[in-house]
This record gives sequence, C-alpha cells and structure tokens, in this order.
Amino acid sequence: MKSLIGGCLLVASIGICTTTYGQENELRIGGNTQLDMQYYYPDSIIGADTVPEKMLMNGYTNINFIKGNWSAGFRYEAYVNPILGFDPGYEGTGISYRYVTYKQDNIEVTLGNFYEQFGSGMVFRTYEARTLGYDNAMDGFRIRYQVTDGIHLTSIWGKQRQLWALGEGLIRGFDGEVMINELKESWKDKKTQLTLGGSFVSKYQEDKDPLYILPENVGNYGGRFNLNSGNFNLYGEYAEKINDPSRDNGFIYKDGRALLLEATYSQKGLGVYLAGKMVDNMAYRSDRTASGNNVMINYHPALTKQHTYALAATLYPYATQPTGEMAAQLEVAYKIKKKSKLGGKYGTNVTLNLSTVQGLDTTTLVTNSSAENKRLGYEVNYFNVGSQKYFHDYNIEISRKFNKHLKMKYTYLNLLYNMNVVQGLQTKGTVLTHIHVLEATHRLTNGHAIRWEMQHLGVADENKYYPDMGNWAYGLVEYTYAPHWFFTVLDQYNYGNKDEARRVHYFTGVVGYMKGQHRIQAGYGRQRAGIFCVGGVCRNVPAANGFTLSITSNF
Amino acid sequence: MKSVLFSLSLLVATSFTMMAFTGDATKKKLPSVMLTQLNGKKFDISKIDNNGKPIIINIWATWCSPCKRELNAIHDLYEDWVEETGVKLIAISMDDSRNMRKVKPYVDSKGWEYECYIDPNSDFVRAMNVVNPPQSYILNKDKEIVYAHNGYAPGDEQILYKKVKELAGQK
Repeated sequence: MKSLIGGCLLVASIGICTTTYGQENELRIGGNTQLDMQYYYPDSIIGADTVPEKMLMNGYTNINFIKGNWSAGFRYEAYVNPILGFDPGYEGTGISYRYVTYKQDNIEVTLGNFYEQFGSGMVFRTYEARTLGYDNAMDGFRIRYQVTDGIHLTSIWGKQRQLWALGEGLIRGFDGEVMINELKESWKDKKTQLTLGGSFVSKYQEDKDPLYILPENVGNYGGRFNLNSGNFNLYGEYAEKINDPSRDNGFIYKDGRALLLEATYSQKGLGVYLAGKMVDNMAYRSDRTASGNNVMINYHPALTKQHTYALAATLYPYATQPTGEMAAQLEVAYKIKKKSKLGGKYGTNVTLNLSTVQGLDTTTLVTNSSAENKRLGYEVNYFNVGSQKYFHDYNIEISRKFNKHLKMKYTYLNLLYNMNVVQGLQTKGTVLTHIHVLEATHRLTNGHAIRWEMQHLGVADENKYYPDMGNWAYGLVEYTYAPHWFFTVLDQYNYGNKDEARRVHYFTGVVGYMKGQHRIQAGYGRQRAGIFCVGGVCRNVPAANGFTLSITSNF
Repeated sequence: MKSVLFSLSLLVATSFTMMAFTGDATKKKLPSVMLTQLNGKKFDISKIDNNGKPIIINIWATWCSPCKRELNAIHDLYEDWVEETGVKLIAISMDDSRNMRKVKPYVDSKGWEYECYIDPNSDFVRAMNVVNPPQSYILNKDKEIVYAHNGYAPGDEQILYKKVKELAGQK
C-alpha cells in the first residue's frame, strides 16, 4: 500500500514539475502491458499437480512520462496468484518500480528505481528478466555525469529489490569510463580506439551473527579495457572482491576474483569470437544469507551459446557457477560465397561453436594450518584447470537459402551437462547428448509462410553417462499469415524414458493475433518441465497441462 | 478471485486510457539515450540523421531467431530499398554483456550494411516501452515515429517497405 501511495505521489509530482519546467515540450506518455494467464488441469503422468486456484495470472504494466528534461514512470505488477515456476513470494499486487529522472546537458539524476551495469557486470549489474521472474532493481539514486567528450562517470546508492521488499544490504558504487580517442581532436577518427574503465562497489550489512565476526562492509572492484582496431576487437575485465563470508561460499573468508577476455575478428563473410573466463568465489549479494536468484549485485556472463531450439535450450542449459569455474568459447561464423559450388545461388552460412567449462583446480586447506584457522576455505592454482568438467557444447549450424521460397537450417550439438554441479542435485550425474535439428521455412505467396522444425535428442553411452529422461523427439509446424496471424502446433515425445509410464507426448497448439504493437495469443496443451535461462540466471518451470492466454501491448 | 478481477480491470483500464491519450505510436521522436557503437564509442540515438529520408529502427538480439530472420530477409532486399528510397536501417541490439561482443562478428559475417548499435543496459528498450524483440519503427523526414510493429512473420518486411515508399514519395 505504501508503495502504491508512493507511486501515485510520484506521478502527481511529475505532473507538477513538468508544468513548471518543461512548457516548451509537450508531455509524452507511453507504456506497455503484459498479461499471462494459465488455466491448469492436474496431469499425474507428467507430474503436474492440482492447482487449487485453477487459474493463475501475472500482469505487468509500465507507464512512462517524458516532458522536456524530465522523465518519470512506474510499473504495476500483479501476481494473482503467481504462475507456477515463479517465486510464490511474488504473490500480491503493487507498484514495484517507480522513478523520476532529470537530465540536462551533461548530467542525469535518477531518484527511485533504476537498472545499471558497470562494464560486463562482474562488479555490478541490476536488471530485469521478466520471463525468469528476476528483478534486482536498485531503489535509491543514480547520477550520470559526462565530464567532457569521452569521460563518463556514474555513481549509485541504494538497496535492491527482493520480491516485494528491499534486500537488507546497502549498496554504494562508482564507475568511470574514458574513451581515450575522444580526449584529443586528432585522435578521434584514428583507426584504433581505446576505452578504459574502472569501478568500485561496496555493500554494507550489519553483523548479527553470535559466533563469527563478519565483515560488514565488503568491497568489489575492477578494471576493464576495450581495444578496437578495424576488424579486430579485444575486451578485458578483471574484478576482485575482498572477504565476503556468505551462504554461497559456505561462510569462508577467502577473497574472490574473476577475469574475462574476449577477442573478435571479423570481416565481410567471416566472424570469429574467442573468449576465456575464470571465476573464483565471486558470488556477491546484498544479503549474505540470500539464496536462489535473490539480491545478486553482480553478474557473470556464461561463455556458452544461447540456443533457441526447445530441446537444446530448455533441457540442459548452462548457468555460470559464480563460486568457481574456468570457461572458454570459440565461435566461427563463415559465409560460403554465393554462386560458388558449395555456396549455391545465395551462399551458405556455417557457424561452428565450441564452449567448454571446467571446475577450478582447488586444494582444501590442511587442518590446523594458519590459513585454515582464518577460515580461508581453499587455495586455487590459477594456472591449471580443475579436473571436473561442468559443461561442454560443440555445435555446428549450416543454413542455406535454396530459392525465393525455401530456406533450410541444420544444427548438430554435442552437449555435456553436469547435473550435480549446475543444478545442485547430488544424486544425478553427467548427461551427454547428441541433438539434431532441421528447420525449414517455406515462403508462399502474399505473406503466407510455413516453418517447421524436427529435433531429436539422444543420450549417449548409458554405462558412462547418466541417462536422465532419455531420448526425445520433437516436431513443430508454424503457419504465419503476415502481418496478423500465426498458428503453431508442436509435439515433444519422451520416447526414450526409462520409466515406460513417462513415455508421453507433450502436445501443444498455439494461435496468435498481432496488430501493430499489440499481440494476443492463446494456447492449449501440455508443457514440459524445463529450465529457462537468460544470461546466468535460470528458472525451473514445472510441468503443466491446460490453457494459456498471453496479451502484450506497447503504447 | 475478486483481486484477480480487480487487477485485470485495472490493467486493461490503464492500457486503454493510455492508448486513448496517446493515439498510435505516431508523432513521437526518439528519446535521448546513449548507445554503444560496435567499436566501443558511445552515441546519443536521438542524434541520428538521414538527410530527410526515412529511417527504420529495428530492435533485435543475437539470441532472437525471428529477429535474425527478419534482418537477414531485409538484407537480401536492402540494396534495392536504399537505391529506391534512400532509407537507412538502424539495427539496435539488446544483447547484454553475455552476448554483446558477439554482435560485431555476427553482423560482419552476415555482411549487414545497417548502422548498428548496442543497448547493453536496455536503456533504449525501456525508454521505448518494448516488451519483446523484434520491434521495428519507421521515422519520417522530421524523425517522428510514424509506424511501429512488433514481432516478425515472413512477409512483414514487404509491409514495412510499403510504408517506407509512401514516406519517401511524400517529400
């Protein structure tokens, strides 16, 4: 209720402010709405439980006001009650996000909620990933100041959103970025461009622990650079965190560190991406006792390809292990020239992606040693890779346009996934899968098109690897009539499940209508349990059977 | 149940009021938001220019299949579009720090000739109230948004181009 009143006050005050200051500019109002509703039937075969409410809904509306140098807005959220898979703690309605921003010349001040990131986020990043129910927005203030061309400073202060409340810890941070070439007129148009940046974040949380003396202020700081020269780009970032005993690391006092290097080379028809990353004890939250996806202050990008095909994306997706990992990724995209023997009339695109993630090479400290007494937990040999494999994904994608009407794409993935580590399930094991996907788009006339997908996931060598749910087959057909209609039917068949009763079809049909900025879609069928990830954050979606209705609108 | 109905009606009511307030997406200009160029420099998107010719703004991401289908489909036609109408397409990627460095190799490998920017903190996406990509806009000679479309189905690019041609013909 308090936040609702707060939101209303804010909107009212903006009304007043704008009439006073921004008379030369008209008031602009915009926003969006998203409604997701689901009707559930119990379905014991797929493990969908009875939902007492039968119907659940998540709703979001953003309204933004801009007038002259002022902007303000709020988001109303309603989880009545939260759709399965979202944190039940979201139950309720209210204004979860509201802000006022004033921007003039080189300075921008925001009061209220905001999202911000420093560098790639290893020190600080707040963001919203709505499909994941993830929102760690700051509530406080932010100042962005452009000192001169090429020098940008940002300062933040506040607390983070945790469901309908704020996390316990206080966060203060500062970031500076200098684009070296902008500093001198004669450097501006040079082929080589260099950017340097640095940030510092400190969190404060009172120590109420009766046993341990816990650090109340914990700093996390880092530096970064980006070097661009024609076709070549190199990005590097290093971050270090002082002792931060927390639930994530088992309350040890060891410092944390992380290093990320990303190099790319590209020219017409060729793109190469090569990256390496090391993360050690870098979980950083504004509440040391928090778990799950709550109040994370920083973010560690996963060096793995983000897939979009169902069997590749939602059964075994990887999420960075902020407590420790080493990862490498190479991606090469190449276009075989058009009108060549291999390339065909329009050329053929080939993308090869290799990513691998291993644990760190750690040694647990010897009992009674002085380091052990300081509760440092373990030591790391940074020059070696740990023996435990967390994940690999070796895949190749070939796509080709055959003529005006037909385009096809084939993808093969060899994917290894350590369920014990990534999902924290100690009783499972490592799964190795071979996934094949064939996709085709047929363009018919006058905006009619048919797209289909065939996918197969096969688990490898059951003596060596954990079979999990076994083999899957998947088929999808989508008919679109631009610009308004689409119809999709899909079936996922878990034909290789060890448990014969679970060899079931997950059949779903969806119909959607779009008009300009508005979209409505309705579906019916079975939804497979899966994991949906964006960035390093994932959400478990339980199996369900029933109707879905989704409306989105942008205005 | 009562609370469900209440929330629903509130959401629907606010949406409709706002739509009534604002009409379509029309006559709005782009907000002033700092985006990142592919070489790491920053650029205020409200300062884009195409000498009085139409501009297409497309918001996409490397992880969004329909987005890539749309921009690759336009790529096949883009040369003709530019020649006929002088239109300029500005592709703004909403990839975050996980994928933002993969944008340049992707764009180059496809040979896109679009003007490309990245919005890693989603500042532009929020300012434009975008729910999901792909999202496209057309700006007229005064850089006012005169058309907006969400989503992509094969054939949508023809409708987009029809609008561009109408604008280019107006002068």
